[in-house]
Amino acid sequence: MADRNFNATRLPGFTPIALIVFALLYLPIVLLVAYSFSGGYSVSLFEGLTLEWYRKAWENEAVQSATLRSLTIALSASVIATFCATLAALGTTRRKAFRGQTFIYVMINQPLMVPEIVTAVALLIFFASIKVATGYQGLGYLIAAHSAFCIPFAYLPIRARLEGMDLSLETAAADLYATPWQTFRRVTLPLLGPGIIAGAMLAFVISLDDVVITEFVKSGGQDTLPTYMMGQLRRVMTPEVNAISSVLLALTVLLLTAFFLLTRKND
Amino acid sequence: MAQTIAVEARNAVKEFGSGASAVRALDDVSISIREGEFFTLLGPSGCGKTTLLRLIAGFEMPSAGKILLNGQDITYLPPNRRPVNTVFQSYALFPHLTVAQNIGFGLEMQGRPASEVKATAARMLALVKMEAFANRKIGQLSGGQQQRVALARALAPAPKVLLLDEPLSALDLKLRKEMQIELKRLQLETGITFVFVTHDQEEALTMSDRVGVMSAGKLHQVGSPKDIYTRPVNRFVASFIGETNFLPASKVPGGVQLGCGAVVEVAGLTGTGTTTLTVRPEQVRLATQGEAGAIPATVRNLVYFGTDTHCYLSLSDGAEVIARLQSPSNGDVGLETGQTVALRLVQGAAQVLAD
Ligand SMILES: Nc1ncnc2c1ncn2[C@@H]1O[C@H](COP(=O)(O)OP(=O)(O)OP(=O)(O)O)[C@@H](O)[C@H]1O
Ligand SMILES: [Mg+2]
Repeated sequence: MADRNFNATRLPGFTPIALIVFALLYLPIVLLVAYSFSGGYSVSLFEGLTLEWYRKAWENEAVQSATLRSLTIALSASVIATFCATLAALGTTRRKAFRGQTFIYVMINQPLMVPEIVTAVALLIFFASIKVATGYQGLGYLIAAHSAFCIPFAYLPIRARLEGMDLSLETAAADLYATPWQTFRRVTLPLLGPGIIAGAMLAFVISLDDVVITEFVKSGGQDTLPTYMMGQLRRVMTPEVNAISSVLLALTVLLLTAFFLLTRKND
Repeated sequence: MAQTIAVEARNAVKEFGSGASAVRALDDVSISIREGEFFTLLGPSGCGKTTLLRLIAGFEMPSAGKILLNGQDITYLPPNRRPVNTVFQSYALFPHLTVAQNIGFGLEMQGRPASEVKATAARMLALVKMEAFANRKIGQLSGGQQQRVALARALAPAPKVLLLDEPLSALDLKLRKEMQIELKRLQLETGITFVFVTHDQEEALTMSDRVGVMSAGKLHQVGSPKDIYTRPVNRFVASFIGETNFLPASKVPGGVQLGCGAVVEVAGLTGTGTTTLTVRPEQVRLATQGEAGAIPATVRNLVYFGTDTHCYLSLSDGAEVIARLQSPSNGDVGLETGQTVALRLVQGAAQVLAD
């Protein structure tokens, strides 16, 4: 008997199209990684196998300081964003439905919807007036901006985890003489743990990759790794950029793999 | 025998929502549960059993009325400060803790020393026969084993009252029977007051010292299983607990007259007017023709149930009566469909219902 369910994989041309799409997605990245091991100066011509570009990037002081700055911002922003997102998730799920709930969801998630360039311009203008008023030029602006746009990314896995958690567990803890704080500390938080770690990792990766907002908000000499690389594009490109990209890629893949392992249903 | 009251609800009302959409889950319920008894709340789904338990546990506050524990008003005391524990229908065991840690949780929260927590947990594990599983995670247990852990966890802090909300409903029949016996044993061994919720009338009758029958937020009757079975106060209680016959009747001096003209003696009846007579099928017997008080009837159908045979009869006015006759050794009660027989109601078994 014929299979009556609609099955996209049976459509003519499904397999070739899928293969083309995958190739388009991943072939450029494969090439990027491959050329990072190339011995020549060209980013499009392979000349012998070498780790030279990795060594060059490693010894490049501009790369070193940009990396350090990227990590500082990503670490600070992901911690702040995860903290705020955890509170937001607790506040929006651990209670009965209330008036204005949808509005609050939208408010929390708006950085996902508002075009990044708009946020970037708005922050540029906003921070410029603060810079004038206070004279402060430090990394605080970048950390604040990154924290803000990372919140929704941290919020989503934490909220998903909370919604999957049986409310009666907290009732049971209260029944067994736990104060509200003990209930949170001994039951809610441990069960929320994987969600919080997943949220923090997602926020970290998002912060690490950001270009647009960083480019607008940073003061002179505050390049992060992505903005440094973008600056290099305007000059002569060498496979050093490929090497940096490959390392960044490896780090992201590592974190995202861990993220998926943590958010898997049956952990 | 003087009985101390463990828990009491006084005129408890609980409404959910407000205005036109308000649901009255409990409607002026007053109940006294005695210390050390196995008390069962019985009623159909949605009648407010869980709501009453939640008021006692402190998860909800009543809209009106009071909850008392050992005579003290605890109406607004938060759940963590009530010496009352609950066995949840879903068990609600902590998945990130081991069996032993789950059982020790209550004692630990009470701030008992670690040695005592450990010793009590071990004692509770033995009580529910789960010693071998102390270090397992909850996800590695079967439903019946989780049930035992939930019981042990709730019993460990030695609460004044243990609340059990349909704890057996998720188990299959065999395990359910086993756990019924187990629960009864635990209650006797610990001497703790049990308030047990079920909608299974057989479970209520076999396990309880006393039963409270509820429907639609109201408590209809409280009494021993024998009381509520043999002396139901109204039609709801009579029909919810076991099978029964309802016969329209009118009051006459010394008893009631059925539609077919037969008069049934009922003691202590006053007044006149129409009423309903109820009699359990096993209290309906076959009589010899012409015997005093015999009611003529026609056999409509016979259903063999092994130990007894259900005999569906109709009286001369069309009223239907079911008689549960004990099957003789050869299984044949000696009746045939269409046959005319005479019935007799066992002396004192017929009841007149208030409504
Ligand atoms: N939180 C709530 N909000 C609104 N209505 C509720 C709430 N909890 C219970 N109710 C309503 O109150 C009534 C009694 O509910 P309750 O849970 O006490 O019934 P129950 O006797 O335990 O039923 P079951 O045997 O199905 O568990 C029901 O009509 C239910 O819909
Ligand atoms: Mg219920």
